[in-house]
Amino acid sequence: MIATGQFLEILIGGLMSGVLYSLVALGFVLIFKASGVFNYAQGAMVLLAGLALVRTLDLLVVNGFPLWAAIVLGLGFAAAIMAATAWLIERFVIGPLVNQDGLTLFMSTIGVTFIIEGAAEMIFGSDVYPLRLFPTDAWFVFEELFPGGILINKLDVLGALIAGILVAGLAIFFQRTRTGRALRAVADDHLAAHSVGIPINWIWFVVWLVAGLVALVAATVWGTKLGVQFSITFLALKALPVLIIGGLTSIPGAIAGGLIVGAGEKIAEVYLGPSIGGGIEYWFAYVLALAVLLVRPQGLFGERIIERI
Amino acid sequence: MANIARSLATLATAMLSGAAFIAPASAQNEQFVPILSYRTGPYAVNGAPYANGVADYYNLINERDGGITGVKLLVEECETAYATDKGVECYERLKGKGPTGAAFINPLSTGITFALTEKTETDKIPIITMGYGRADSKNGAVFPYNFPFLGTYWSAADIAIQHVAKELGGFDKLKGRKISLLYHDSPYGKEPIPMLQVLAKKYGFEFTPIPVTHPGVEQKSQWLAIRQNRPDYVLVWGWGVMNSTAVKEAAAVAYPRDKMIGVWWSGAEPDVTPAGDQAAGYKSLMLQHGAGQFPVHADVAKYVYAKGKGSTEPGKVGEILYNRGIVNAMLGVEAIRKAQEKFGQKPLTGEQVRWGLENLNLNDARIKELGFEGMLKPIRISCSDHEGTRDGRVQQWDGKSWKVISDWYTADEPLIDPLVAEVSAKYAADKKIKPRDCAKES
Repeated sequence: MIATGQFLEILIGGLMSGVLYSLVALGFVLIFKASGVFNYAQGAMVLLAGLALVRTLDLLVVNGFPLWAAIVLGLGFAAAIMAATAWLIERFVIGPLVNQDGLTLFMSTIGVTFIIEGAAEMIFGSDVYPLRLFPTDAWFVFEELFPGGILINKLDVLGALIAGILVAGLAIFFQRTRTGRALRAVADDHLAAHSVGIPINWIWFVVWLVAGLVALVAATVWGTKLGVQFSITFLALKALPVLIIGGLTSIPGAIAGGLIVGAGEKIAEVYLGPSIGGGIEYWFAYVLALAVLLVRPQGLFGERIIERI
Repeated sequence: MANIARSLATLATAMLSGAAFIAPASAQNEQFVPILSYRTGPYAVNGAPYANGVADYYNLINERDGGITGVKLLVEECETAYATDKGVECYERLKGKGPTGAAFINPLSTGITFALTEKTETDKIPIITMGYGRADSKNGAVFPYNFPFLGTYWSAADIAIQHVAKELGGFDKLKGRKISLLYHDSPYGKEPIPMLQVLAKKYGFEFTPIPVTHPGVEQKSQWLAIRQNRPDYVLVWGWGVMNSTAVKEAAAVAYPRDKMIGVWWSGAEPDVTPAGDQAAGYKSLMLQHGAGQFPVHADVAKYVYAKGKGSTEPGKVGEILYNRGIVNAMLGVEAIRKAQEKFGQKPLTGEQVRWGLENLNLNDARIKELGFEGMLKPIRISCSDHEGTRDGRVQQWDGKSWKVISDWYTADEPLIDPLVAEVSAKYAADKKIKPRDCAKES
């Protein structure tokens, strides 16, 4: 019974962790889906959004603003920063590189990563800044069935709820709005979209803005979990296997990939780790990703690309 | 604006990957002292305050005293980002600078220490690893150029177990207990494991090492395993974000924070403040000193910060890692001063400074004279003992500040020394090193 309880606890904890990875992975998917750019800077964007939020929040609270007002203004300021970032990236990086191949664009986002990291720490500081937007304690459920019950962290549950709302919102945005449809058109063929009057530069700005706002949402959850600090940028590395498994173009795939990675790595760490020295969850996620790549190169939910030769 | 200016300097340091932080001037009567630091990357939160303490103390020596007996310190900082390859690169770039080369090197990384140990001996440049590095390098007969001042990780492990025994009511109460080690999966985090295995065998407790992958942002599986295994104590050997994450995850699984004991690198302000009230009760070892202001800080304020030459915000002067940087810099300066007594008041080579390090002897009176009274106990280095002293205390975070909660512990040398002898002898055999005869050294 103890073993069953432990397994369920690790499985649930892993699934919840995976959803938090998906929050970061969603930003990658959005940009890739709309522009074909693999945005390596997504982790840095989470850091920038988190720093802008927490530093503004701290400043306003110290100056006597009520907490709710500070949160609203902080979120507004951070969103404005992400909008400015989106504009700068579109104007000075992605725009001038239009029609370059995917590798060039990918390399440019690596450059953007370092610039965002440096600028964010330069402007907002490089300490650890606590962010307490959500509860971080836990529920213990099924205590009558399993000794000690099964632990479920409230922050993880909130993160899962937020991810669900985000996915639903993004699905509506892509399917039901004029801008969303334009985004899909640009993603399919930006030259054809341009020829029918879709303003490509505006669309790319919008998609980077949406990815920035998704980064802000991820920052609220991960900032509460870890404190806002440089290490948040490492979340990009946790999102990569999620993307490989879920597919670079699928929003539901980002969630499914997160669930598989989260559950897989936690179960592997606890049950397989001790027999081979432990510390395996980081690379085990990539083992899962490679296994999926071998069977389904476009990921479980990605679009199969067929090109006429 | 000061923040921005400092950050600009940091950014420039990172971008130039080791360019001059404190621009050196070329002069013949200057002693070159490099600082290997990390002000960027995931460990900057802990690396920056330490580097600030080191830089401020060197500045103090130049501003207040005009250098060491008239020989000014020529300082250059190199950014390693806590990466071993960058650390080695910094070392190679800086080792030959100044009129006599680097006086010593202090990498603030056990990984870099392992990578540099052979190189520094070949180059005859001492490597100071205060409170970190290779524990076997206490044996100066085999490691003439390594100086793990104040305490190795084996001393730390022993002190931690002494404290656990005291809390439980005696060493006999350790039998049958479970003690886990949550460690950074790196040379640093692995270093205490052999000693803890020795201690587990001696006292009969069940020891479980649990690795956490760099940088330590994700520890859910480790803490769920801890929740299931229910160890009596968890020792934390973390660095950077791993520490605060460990405290938060412990709170999330309702593991009592007062049953966690961090090593002295897991017991500074950035390790607990992100967790807020959840960190209350968390304990850590002290590398002798804690936080706070001592007479030396008054001099730093007067001669460094009053002149606008400080490295950080005045409010951060006196934090734990800042103080550790100051202590480390002071020991290096005093070693140069000691070497000058033998070799003359001039810039010295690394080999000459090594003699100063090996003959360093700071008694209470000298420590008081230097303004460090209350920060550290007397230290005496010798050929056979490059650690010098192995005393520590335990502090506890009350939610707002660290409070010292124990008397002094002294690591059990008779227990540790056989392990030092065994491991260093193996190193000597592997590297074909003929150990020095310490009886003949002076």
